[in-house]
Order: sequence, then structure tokens, then C-alpha cells
Amino acid sequence: MDTPLSWIKAYVPELSCTDQEYMDRMTLSGTKVEGYRRLDRNLEKIVVGRIEKIEKHPDADKLIICQVNVGSEVTQIVTGAPNVKEGDLVPVVLSGGRVAGGHDGGPLPENGVPIKAGKLRGVESNGMLCSIEELGSSQDVFPDAPEDGIYIFHRDVKLGEDAVEALGLHDTVFEYEITSNRVDCYSVAGIAREAAATFGLPYKGPEIRETGNGEKAEDYIRVEIKDPDLCSRYVARVVKDIRIGESPEWMKQRLRAAGIRPISNLVDITNYVMLECGQPMHAFDLSTVAGGKIVVQRAKDGDVFTTLDGEERKMDSDVLMICDGEKEIGIAGIMGGENSKITDSVKDVLFEAACFNGVNIRKSARRIGLRTDASSTFEKGLDPHNAYLAMERACTLVEELQCGTIVGGRVDVHGELPKECRIPFEPERINEYLGTAIPREEMLQYFKKLELEYDEAANEVICPTFRQDLKGFADLAEEVARFYGYDKIPVTLPKDTASSGKLPFKVRIENVAKDVAEANGFSQGYCYSFESPEVFDRLLLPKDAAERQAITIANPLGTDFSIMRTLPVNGILTSLSTNFNRKNPDVRLYELGNIYIARSLPLEELPDERMQLTLGFYGEGDFYFLKGVVEQFLEKAGIKDRASYSPESHKSFLHPGRQADILIGGEKIGYLGQVHPLTCKAYDMAKAEAYLAVIDMPKVTEKAGFERKYEGVARFPAVSRDISMVVPKDTLAGTIEEMIRQRGGRILEGCMLFDIYEGEQIEEGFKSMAYTVTFRDKEKTLSDEEVNSVMKKILNGLGTLGIKLRE
Amino acid sequence: MIRENLEKIREAALKQINDAGIGEKDALDALNDVRVAFLGKKGELTAVLKSMKEVAAEERPKVGAMVNETRDVIENALKEAKERMEAAAMNERLKKEKIDVTLPSKRQEMGHRHPNTIALEELERIFIGMGYEVVEGPEVERDYYNFEALNIPEGHPAKDEQDTFYISGDILLRTQTSSTQVHEMEKGRLPIKMISPGRVFRSDAVDATHSPSFHQVEGLLIDEKVSFSDLKGTLAEFAKELFGADTKVRFRPHHFPFTEPSAEMDVSCFKCGGKGCRFCKGEGWIEILGCGMVHPHVLEMSGIDPLRYRGFAFGIGLERIALLKYEIDDMRLLYENDIRFLKQF
Repeated sequence: MDTPLSWIKAYVPELSCTDQEYMDRMTLSGTKVEGYRRLDRNLEKIVVGRIEKIEKHPDADKLIICQVNVGSEVTQIVTGAPNVKEGDLVPVVLSGGRVAGGHDGGPLPENGVPIKAGKLRGVESNGMLCSIEELGSSQDVFPDAPEDGIYIFHRDVKLGEDAVEALGLHDTVFEYEITSNRVDCYSVAGIAREAAATFGLPYKGPEIRETGNGEKAEDYIRVEIKDPDLCSRYVARVVKDIRIGESPEWMKQRLRAAGIRPISNLVDITNYVMLECGQPMHAFDLSTVAGGKIVVQRAKDGDVFTTLDGEERKMDSDVLMICDGEKEIGIAGIMGGENSKITDSVKDVLFEAACFNGVNIRKSARRIGLRTDASSTFEKGLDPHNAYLAMERACTLVEELQCGTIVGGRVDVHGELPKECRIPFEPERINEYLGTAIPREEMLQYFKKLELEYDEAANEVICPTFRQDLKGFADLAEEVARFYGYDKIPVTLPKDTASSGKLPFKVRIENVAKDVAEANGFSQGYCYSFESPEVFDRLLLPKDAAERQAITIANPLGTDFSIMRTLPVNGILTSLSTNFNRKNPDVRLYELGNIYIARSLPLEELPDERMQLTLGFYGEGDFYFLKGVVEQFLEKAGIKDRASYSPESHKSFLHPGRQADILIGGEKIGYLGQVHPLTCKAYDMAKAEAYLAVIDMPKVTEKAGFERKYEGVARFPAVSRDISMVVPKDTLAGTIEEMIRQRGGRILEGCMLFDIYEGEQIEEGFKSMAYTVTFRDKEKTLSDEEVNSVMKKILNGLGTLGIKLRE
Repeated sequence: MIRENLEKIREAALKQINDAGIGEKDALDALNDVRVAFLGKKGELTAVLKSMKEVAAEERPKVGAMVNETRDVIENALKEAKERMEAAAMNERLKKEKIDVTLPSKRQEMGHRHPNTIALEELERIFIGMGYEVVEGPEVERDYYNFEALNIPEGHPAKDEQDTFYISGDILLRTQTSSTQVHEMEKGRLPIKMISPGRVFRSDAVDATHSPSFHQVEGLLIDEKVSFSDLKGTLAEFAKELFGADTKVRFRPHHFPFTEPSAEMDVSCFKCGGKGCRFCKGEGWIEILGCGMVHPHVLEMSGIDPLRYRGFAFGIGLERIALLKYEIDDMRLLYENDIRFLKQF
């Protein structure tokens, strides 16, 4: 909301402070000022001048030479403007002065444009005639300014006087961020009330006078509210014999400074009251209101209504309409109809000030696709009392501007109106709550400044209806805190119950994952939780894959963000692709993020959110490197059981011959493998050889632990034996190792593959493998006989797998 | 006679030891030769000992002592010479092993933590140090926890302002980690002293300053004697720890439906120290977080007696902290995972 300081001062006449001081103090008392701009910034030595004489420039067709009376003297100024004539009153910047910008209205330069006397095509020029753009403003708010040319005053201004003053530009416009609870502050009067309280000065609200002739509004108009749930009050008054004309300069200046284009007295009054009181108003041409009757009721589904901007719009039964005796004439609180709009030939006007249901207005405006100043004001939820006051204020202005004859009385239809709220006054509790020692008298003073009364007998604070945000004890505490000053409240530390801070076990295991991944060169990525359903196709998932049962967002930001991921790999693959296409070599990334598994669809219960560790890389490294990283993590997470690997993992997006499920104690905890070439291609990195590993963190966390026990270091020597064998090609190393471990029994310390070979010298369908098997007894030195006997068992076992010993 | 003889032997031996290494012979071999020639079984000193029987019995101890002394002298000289030579040889070898220390290093490339995580772990460290427990809550949440129980009833403008992603029925993607507050309060275990980091979602299109998903850290303390001044003190400590000991804080009144009074906290600009610069848009202050006293109605709704307990809550935008602290100028970088970006953290 943009408001000129001069308008605030109209209600706080004693206010006197610098712009910066105003900004700081208002911000610290809760009316946040986002920024301000001086309208007269870089406007120096600019006066009202009269063009006495115009001559042609001897050497330039497009230039003219003007003799300009600037009050104290007549000076010569050359201009290229096409629109001036002798006798015109214009803003003139004198030599040594400064204007805000260029005549083209582009962005204003930081230090404006200095103007010096000089020669234009050989002719002396002692200043410049100004366009409205050069004065830092625009035709939008000065509709009387020409499209291209010098601004010409069309009213009485004094020769030689400050032209900036005459244009009302000695002012500062403040931009506020009003919080949604302070509906009353979406108005100049509301902000002024806060300013008065902030600076401790008297507040004098907008003037309201009793208006109207001897007639009765009821004789002109009847109002019926058929849907009182959507309209709590409707106030109507009638103004006859409208005299459309311009508004006075003071009103135009205020509207302009607030960014509103002055149009005509009638329209300006409704806009002015909306800004001043925060109450949207509407004016109907009374002659178009059939039967002199206003009916407030829901539209019928499928109704088509033409708004005053000429657009046809489709209504539904949740949209509230203003109707007359026969037809719809306006969308309540959003926009009037073309069929009842004010034209220059209007004779009598029906003014409306109403209070509509904010939620309904917001939803309707959204459905219709029409958000107006009125609707965005109504949607904050207004005070029905304000409708009445705004109507009286508007009529006061009508009288003041003499733009019509006001019919006496009003039609005011409403149900039960909100009452003032009474809150018990508990000064000790407020002090305990804030950690302060503010005397109760001081608190009462703050309340008084805010127009909150104190009922001493009942010990209650009475909050006016425009302060809908004040409902209970804490709200009063905030009012005290705001005006005592947040900065004056002491700084203390809680004297609370002692506690020890901690991380949950889950997070500690995640930290282990981060450490291990990073030690192995993987950097952490962050990926989105939602993605496109197309991801499933890129991952080559069959149509009936369980992973396709994803949670869908009802109102996504487009299909790319429309489902909650059921697999964590898309994010890392996308990131790998980004890096690959930016030619970053050897990229290793990991992510810790949730997947979302629905228990049933559509969702009735909350889904299972499962944290996944995803590792992905391309470049240096292979399957076994990644497997090593996984094992290091499991080891550091304190998982005692050895992981086993099953090639039967059937992930469509992984290489069918280079993938495995990772199992702990027979339970699947994740998988790893090389990314399928088709998936690489789908991710626009066909030439990359990429690998992925995914670990389901909840399963790891279940088995993980930080308990460690010292097992002693071996005191007796180990004995090792090498086995060299010819193995059927499809036999897995895992199977062989399992056999060695099973048969090796208690004294087996470990086995390690040291050679694997296929090809020449080896029979087709076989491979050669060699292991070193190590034995050790913790209690004694092993004898050859013991080792031989165990070796025999192992060899027999291997024999059952179709393995032959090599000589 | 023997004395003179010994004298000669000693001189001869010492000379030969001194001369070892001169000539073609390896110095250590030359020393060994000296040892054999003088101290060996057939060496000169041994020969002197053998001739002892010719010495008168009463002279023998005296002569024996002289022989031993000579032996010691020769042995010491041999030992010293050997050590000297070995040291020289070692020095010679080390000299040859000289390397160019300015050649490039070889290293095991480590990965990098994401700036969000670094910022989060920093926050966790600070608040754990103050005794806060880290808890997590669901990202897919029910309307009640995200809105209603936080004093944001149906139709409340805040509900719309936040542009929520809805799933179905009353299930949505949480728009704030404040939802975790409610879960914690409902557990009925008091006092509560927690922070809750997590991912939140709002319907904002991706650009340099917006993302449809980002992270917050919610803080909540509920106990019997907590006050607004404690909130100020706690967050001032936090700001100093995070941004440096000279950091000043400023609390401005604000509005959140679930706290009353509410405030926004600014910190003095850590680039210009508060004088005003481009980084802080000339204001000298940078907005960091929202906070306030937990609204009594919020306590009540979660079954906590607001007459007995009070609390404060705060919410910190993690990305905001990361962007400010590491001077990252575009939020999109945080989700692109370009290794050239990640490597800088």
C-alpha cells in the first residue's frame, strides 16, 4: 500500500519528523515501512513560468525560441516541444537547477539531470520547459499532461511560484507491508491512527457530517439481502442531479500520490474513500436499477454476466450478485455490471457501501479470474461498521465537492452486528509474559492512544470493532509490547528446566552416510520431492510397476512437479546429466531425501515417508567401487552382519547384468548397479557410463548402532592356503565365499579373491579363480593337521558346486 | 719394552683408522681390516697378550691393564670412525633422494556437503548446545497440523497467502515446519525444547529467489516461566553464534497466526556492520527469521494449560541463511547440483 505522508498528516496534524525517522519508528511499532520515495527528488529550481513570446529558431526547424516570464524576470529558453503556445503557464527549470529524468519517461537516473544555461544551435537558452516525465511523474496520474510535450497548467497558479509545490510533489510516498490481521491498516486513516499512537500525537479522523435533504432514501430504493451469510450489511444512499466534473486539486494530488489516476469527482470520491477508510464502494446509475430495488443473492449456475470492463463472465451459485428488481447488475464486492455503470450523462446515483464475506469474495474472485482492488480489500474481512462510516464520509465529500443533491436518510440492512470485544486487564500477567516491569498506568496510556477504552469497574479493556484482531490476553500483551518498544524489552535467557540437546538416532545414521559418501568423493545434492510422471518412462518402468502408484498433487505447478517421487533416482540422474552436459568430468553425487509411498490411493492416511541414500556417479570408478562405498557405510553404521548381493534385483533402469540387491540377513536394504544405457540416453547422457546405489535408510537405521566391543588382537599366528580352481562361469563369487565360510567353521579368519580369469587356456563355459583362505585360532597355534582337515572340508564343499581344483 | 710396543701399536692403529676411506678401498672394509689386523685372533694386540707369559708375574696385572687400555682406545676409535662414516653415507644418500616439493600434491578427492546442510548443521550445533532436541515431522501432512491447530482456521487469509499444494481431502504438503510443534505438544511431555528442521512446500514457481520446495528450522520452547525477553535473549545468542560476536539484533512487531506477540528479527548487516550497503539494500539490517510467544489458543488446542505454561517459537528459512551466509545470489543453484558449485563448500 502506497500512501503520501501529506495525507497521513491530514489526520495527525502535529506530525513532524524526517522521512527516515517516520520509517524507523513506524516499522518498530509494527507498521512496517518497506521503503519510501520523495516525489520531489532531484527537482531543483523549478518555477511556474508564462510563455510570453514564441519565435522560430533560425537554424533548426524543430526548435522554437520562447521568452518566458518566470516572475522575477523574462528569460529566453529554447525548446523542441510541439505543444506550447504564447500565454501558457508551464513548469520551468532554471539554469543551475535539476530535473528527475528525461522526457521519454525511462528509469530515473540516480542523481537526476542537471540543467545549465547554454546555446542550442547557436541560440542562448537559460533553462528548460518541463514535461511531466522530466518531473519524475507520468501521464498515468496526470491525465491532463500531454502524450508528448511540456506540462501546461490549466488552472490558477502564480507566476514565479514553486512549480513542484503547485503540482503537489513536495511529498513522500511510503510503501507499507500491512500484516493480514490489521485489516484496519489497509487504509490511510488506519495508518494515521497508528502513526498518532507511535509518535504520541493526537489523531483527528476524516470528517463526517450529517448530510441529505428532506427526502427519504427509502422512497427511492429498497434493499433485500437474500444470502445474509455472504453479506452482513448493505448501506445504500441516493445522490440526485449529479454534476460530473473534476475533483479539487488536493484530492487529485492525494490520489495521484497513491498511484490512482483522477477521473471525475464521482469516481474519485469512491476511490478516495476506499483508500481513506479501507472500504470499497460502488456507484450505480439509479435509472438502470429496475424497480428501485436491490437484491443481494447468489447467482445461478451458468449465469453469464457482463462486467463494466465489457467482459462476459460465467457465474456459479457460490458467487454473490447484486441484482435489481429484474436482473443482475454487479458481482458483489468484485466488479459492477456494464448494464448499470456510470456514464457522463448520469443523473441520479445509488451509492453502495456493503460488507461481504471475505472468504467467499476471495474464492469467487479466483474462480471468475477477476481480482480487483475492491475484491482484494473485501477478502481481508471488513468490519460492517466501517461500511456505514464510509458511506457517511462519501456523502460528506459529495456535499463538499458539490457534485449532487444528497437524498436524506439511508437504507441500511444488516443482521446482528459485531460488538466491541472486552478483554480482562491483567497487567502482572502481561509483565510476566513479556519479561518486563511496565507500570499498569503506562499500559493504560498505550491503550488510550489506540482508542481502546478501559472499564475500571469491570477491569476490562474495550476494543473497538475496527480492531478485529484483538481477542484475548496475548493480543493486549502485544499492544503493550509494541508501544513500550520491542527494543526496550530486556534480553534474558530462559531459566527453564535443564535438558540435554540431542540429535535423533536416525539423523546420526544419516550423518554417517554423509561422512562415508564424502570420504569417497561424493558431493551432496538436493533434489525436488515432486517430479513428472514421465520420469517412470525414462526409467523404463513397466506399466504395472508398483512405483507408478504415486501420490498426485491436486494443484501442481505444472506436470513437471505433479507427483511425489516413489523412487529417489530421478533427482540424481538429472543432476548427473546436468554435470555431464556441462562437461564436468568424474562427477560423484549423493542425496539424502524422502520418497513417498502411499498406503492406498487416493490418499486417506499419510504416506510412508522413507529416507533414501542415493549415490550416483559417472567417470572414474566401477560397480565394485560403488559396492565398496556401500559396504563402508554399512560398516560405519555399525551393521555387524555381512551384506550379501543378489543379481535378481530386476531394476528396469539398471544394466540387466550389472545390478544387485543388497541384503542384510536376507532382508533387502537397497540396490546398486550400472545405469541402463537407454536410461542414460533418456537423461541426455547417452555417452556416460553411470552407476547408482540406493539404500533404504529406515532399514539400515533399524539394524545400525554405535555400540562397539573390543575383541582383542590375535596373539597366535595365522595360516594361509591358496586355492586355485576352475569354476563354471555362472557360479557367483558370493556362492563360493559362502561355501568357504560355511565349511571353514570357527578357525576360518577370512578368504580373499586374488585372481580371476576367463579366456585362453580355460575351458569354454568356465573361469579360473584363486582365493587365499586364512585360518587362525585365538587360543593356540594351529597345527598342519587341523588346517588340512578343514581345507579338505572346504574343497569337498566346492566340489559339490561343480568346481575343479587346478593343478 | 711392552709399553713401547703398545704405544706403537696404538699409533699405527689410529693412523690406519684415520686413513680408512682414502684410496680405492671401501672405508668400512678398511676399518674392518684394521680391526682384524690389531684386535683379531692373529692381530698385533693379541700377539702382545700372548707374549704375557714372558712378563714377570708381579708385572702382569699392570701390563694387562695397559693392553686393555690400548684395546679400548682402538675400539673407540673404530666405533667413532664407523659412526662418522655411516652418517656421511646416510647424508650422501639423503642428498640424492631430494625431491621437488613444489610438484603438485596427490590427493584422495573428498566430496562436499551441500551449503544447506552446512547451514543446518551449524544451526543444530548452536541449538543442541543450548539444550534443544532435534525432532522431525512428516512432509505430507494433515490440514489440522499445518493450519488449524496453528490458529489458521478455514478461510483464514494466511491459508491462501501461502498457496498450498493439496493432495486430497485434508492431506497436503506442509507449508511450514511449525506443524511439528503441534505433534510435539500433543505428546503431552513438558517442558518442550526442540528444533525441527525439514522440507516445506509452497506453490511458488522456480526463480532466483523462489522455489516450490525449501527448508525451515522450527524452534519451540515451552515451560512454566518463559517470557518474550527470553525469546529475545535466545535468538540474540543464536545470531551472535551464527554471524559473529559483533552481530546486533532488532525485533520488529509482525503477525503470525500462531504467535502473539509476534516479531521478525533482523541482524545487523554482516557485510557493512550496519552502516548500510548494497548487500543490505542500504538498510543496515537483514531480516533473518520470524518468532513470537506461542499463542495461548494454540497451546490450548494441543492440550496445554496456557495459564500454567508459556512458550516461544521461531522459524528460520534455511536457504535464506545459506544464501546470506555464503553470498549465493541465485536460489536455483541450490537444486542444480553442479559440481563446480558444490565444490566451493
